[in-house]
Amino acid sequence: MSADTTNKPSGTDLIDFAIRYGFISLLIGLVIFFSIAAEGFAGPYSAVFIFQSVSITGILALGVTCTLVVDGFDLSIGSVATSALMLSSYLMVVSEYGAVVAVLGCLAMGAGVGFVNGLLIVKFKVPDLLATLGMMFLLVGLQRIPTEGRSVAVGMTLPDGTVAEGVFSPAFLALGRHRLDFFIENLIPVSVIFLVVIAVLVWIFLELTRHGRLMYAIGSNERAAALVGTNVKRYKIIAYMISGMLASVGGILLAARLGRGDIASGNNLLLDAVAAALIGYAVLGAAKPNAFGTAIGALFVGILLQGLTMMNAPYYTQDFVKGAVLVIALVFTFALSGRRGRGT
Amino acid sequence: MQAIGMQLSGIEKAFGSNQVLRGVDLTLLPGTVTVLMGANGAGKSTLVKIMCGVYALDSGTMVLDGENFLPTIPYEALRCGVVTVHQSINDGVIADLDVASNLMLDRLAEPGSGFFYKKKATREAARKIAALVGLEVDITRPVSELALADRQLVSIARAMAQKPKLLILDEPTSSLSATEADRLFEMIDRLRDSGVAILYISHRMSDIRRIADRIVSMRDGAISGVFETKPLDIEGAVNAMLGHNMTDVDIDIPTHGQAVLELKGAQLVAGAKPIDVAFHENEVIAITGLVGSGKTLLADTLFGLETLAAGQILLNGVPYAPRSTKAAVATGVFMSPKDRATNAVIQGFDIRSNISVPFLDRFSIASFVNKRAETRAANETIEKLGIVCQGASDDIDTLSGGNQQKVIIGRWLSQTCKVLVLDEPFQGVDIQARRDIGHKIRETAPGRTTIIMVAELDEALEIADRILVISDNTVVGEHRNEAIDINQILAEVTGSALGSAAQIIESGQGAAATH
Repeated sequence: MSADTTNKPSGTDLIDFAIRYGFISLLIGLVIFFSIAAEGFAGPYSAVFIFQSVSITGILALGVTCTLVVDGFDLSIGSVATSALMLSSYLMVVSEYGAVVAVLGCLAMGAGVGFVNGLLIVKFKVPDLLATLGMMFLLVGLQRIPTEGRSVAVGMTLPDGTVAEGVFSPAFLALGRHRLDFFIENLIPVSVIFLVVIAVLVWIFLELTRHGRLMYAIGSNERAAALVGTNVKRYKIIAYMISGMLASVGGILLAARLGRGDIASGNNLLLDAVAAALIGYAVLGAAKPNAFGTAIGALFVGILLQGLTMMNAPYYTQDFVKGAVLVIALVFTFALSGRRGRGT
Repeated sequence: MQAIGMQLSGIEKAFGSNQVLRGVDLTLLPGTVTVLMGANGAGKSTLVKIMCGVYALDSGTMVLDGENFLPTIPYEALRCGVVTVHQSINDGVIADLDVASNLMLDRLAEPGSGFFYKKKATREAARKIAALVGLEVDITRPVSELALADRQLVSIARAMAQKPKLLILDEPTSSLSATEADRLFEMIDRLRDSGVAILYISHRMSDIRRIADRIVSMRDGAISGVFETKPLDIEGAVNAMLGHNMTDVDIDIPTHGQAVLELKGAQLVAGAKPIDVAFHENEVIAITGLVGSGKTLLADTLFGLETLAAGQILLNGVPYAPRSTKAAVATGVFMSPKDRATNAVIQGFDIRSNISVPFLDRFSIASFVNKRAETRAANETIEKLGIVCQGASDDIDTLSGGNQQKVIIGRWLSQTCKVLVLDEPFQGVDIQARRDIGHKIRETAPGRTTIIMVAELDEALEIADRILVISDNTVVGEHRNEAIDINQILAEVTGSALGSAAQIIESGQGAAATH
């Protein structure tokens, strides 16, 4: 790109800069603006709160990023997360298992759902949106059947009239509630650590390993990727399994934070996660799904909402703000980068 | 008929630096079937797209019935009476609608045709159109229930409803059986008698024999031959289309090593004549034949995308039947497919990643890609093939077609292999890139066997030690590339495309007569 700009009008340089650093600049600008305008925004507790508020959506968004990389889409992540929430609660409260079984059970469920999604798409040729939409419905219904539509809580009455005797294991609850010391005592929640570690791992997987490279190749030109000897089907299934497992991690963290299997929580997870992943396209002018962009995208939404809340914006404006950010990011990605692509 | 048909003169069209049409002059007379022949990339489809308003021409004029004809959108061409039936049948019909709606589709889409769908009137009108072209199907059935041939006839009937002055048919028989094609020909006969000018694009010799009034050959973006005197000189036309301006490339045929790859009684499709042929070390073999003759099928079979119907393949004396492309690459059999944009280029990847993508396992340690080694390999390829770019991290989309092709060929030359199969490696590249690529292929040939599928005879003569002619999914001729009898090869290329044994004999006699 850079070599071509020499013989173009200087406006192109400006657009190039806007595409590349526009979103990051906007993010920094927002932070500065809120630091000045909203008292208490610039501080460790506020920063941690932002991270905590985006940790679960961020983890889900990293999963959906993996499916976007292979030119797929996973609409079932929200319902996988709530299923994990219900499943982990059920395993502990009703079946009286410990934290380890609950966590492993949820991860296996997420991987299994991802595997089925993948099979539906690569073997039965169901279009990705429809396959995962179907799976979403199926899970939304399935998670209500064991409790006959009720939330799971300690001491709840079971369908057969007895009272559940299990409790949430303290180790499990710690996943959502424990805070680690970092200069200040009890500063960083475990869920934030999860987000950072998972973001780094997904970034390494997608950017530095050959598997990530081949997944991008599949997303760009599936036929060409197959004709150089890539096992396209396997990689696609793996992408959906990663997505399912990360969604179940999100569900586990949510269950640990809430301390009950709340049937109504997690409604917004799908839209928020997809928005973060799509906003990520605009970060650094990538114009493609990428782990770093997804993390920044999630953070961007978190900072904006936190800042606005601290400036007393009412809660019901939140979705509107998220939607506006998403639309602007999409214009950045497709209109501006598209023009650049055509120009060369 | 009072119409004077379509006259094209000096049509030129370029895409970027790629000059596709270099001054085409062509007259299409009413009541005449003109067959247009040309190899891939000769510019046939660009010419058709200009006539039907998809592309704008750069220079030249089109005159239809004495009036200047300059469609800017397909609908305008349609209204002026230039109707095109495209190669892909399903582009011409809407499968879920019934036949009547399909026939009346253009009428329905017309502005001012009314808000409500008038079922009865539509069916009435559709029935008339169907009768006009001899289409005998129940017009209330959805098109998706029809046989391929009937769908094709529906899309042609739909075209006829426009009362065309010029009907363009792009390889209409490519998915039809012989009897189905016969029905199509009857329809074309009827149209010809009613005074329509017909431009018929096809490679099938049997089609051409059956319906051509004149043949126009196209090559490298210009008309290379017009044949109008009966009996039509089909071989002359094929010759003009493939071309064999003796090239200035001298081939030194090296001494061959042992047989690397052997086909033993190999049937590409059930019922085809078995192929027995050996490919040797150090040898470059060109396989030539018309579109659909089996070149690509053979390439795909060697690369694990297709399986033999019968017989076997030996690689260094051991039976070889790869189950996947991955297995083929691992055994040392590489294949570069044709149509780089759809089958080879990974858009959005830089040059380096495009070159290394089949060999990422060789470039990585514990799954982590060693970018330094990758860049080194890419720089080597860039230098060896003379790829014009800023560096290995240039996005492949920024390169010209010829340079993209060099990257794709360079991809498979960057690692050593036992068998290298290149399907149309010179597709869509200029003469200089073609020379560069050809030179590099020959230079690196020692140590492996190289099999190159090309439709253009010129390209085969330029690169190969040995030329095989393939037709009807079997090898029909074999020539060492010294003092080759071009006419013999042409006879094999055309004769082989005939399909039935009787016609092969007939064409053989025809070839003998011209000697």
